[in-house]
Amino acid sequence: MAEQVTRRPYVREIPRLRWIFRHPRYLRYMAREVTCIFIGAYAVLLLVALARLAQGRESYEAFLQALGSPAGIAFQVLVLAFALYHTVSWFNVTPKAMPIQRGEEFVPGGIIIGAHYAGWIALSIIVLFLAGVL
Amino acid sequence: MPKSNKPVVWGLFAAGGTLTAFVTPVLVMLTLLAAVGHVPALLGYDRLHALAAHWVGKAALFGIVFLSLWHAAHRLRVTLHDLGVRSDMLVAWVVYCLAAAGSVAAAAYLLII
Repeated sequence: MAEQVTRRPYVREIPRLRWIFRHPRYLRYMAREVTCIFIGAYAVLLLVALARLAQGRESYEAFLQALGSPAGIAFQVLVLAFALYHTVSWFNVTPKAMPIQRGEEFVPGGIIIGAHYAGWIALSIIVLFLAGVL
Repeated sequence: MPKSNKPVVWGLFAAGGTLTAFVTPVLVMLTLLAAVGHVPALLGYDRLHALAAHWVGKAALFGIVFLSLWHAAHRLRVTLHDLGVRSDMLVAWVVYCLAAAGSVAAAAYLLII
């Protein structure tokens, strides 16, 4: 009988969450993936800032006050940590995501990554300068 | 071969990932400075309002909010799959609709400034 199953089929067990902790590599992957929650949450904060800005001076200044509450500061510190992890993990895969070929050879990954870091630092300094911090 | 919308979805995700990698840390630094009482000149009401009133400023602010939201939505969709949530179509609908709603709201606020 062809359709008769003679052996117990092998069902590979995939735990829903525990797999993350099986290897440091999986944990780093998950850390990289959950940065999106903080990037998204910060986009919502920017959206609220735009809403308050549209409502007028008083509303916007109350928003700035709220940013300074312990919860506001804790939230932003958390976002900063995950945003930095996002930046580092994003830049470090750029040679794989967009390899650059020059003639026969590929441009070494270190150069592509280094260029991103240099651009990032330069841009950050420019933004801080334009914002009146530096 | 069926037409796929994957290039668009992934392209916006990658654009958002790149943009947020470059600008989110410094933006958080600016708002943190404002939070601890050293409001950067740019975040004062008059200057930020002037920035958002100009079309270049509107475009930049919209781009940051839209691409951040889209990037987060797409990565959240993929991550939920990894965490064992298998109703991908539903998840995709919810996260992309939220990102779209946030983007429309951002555009609306910017247009009335």
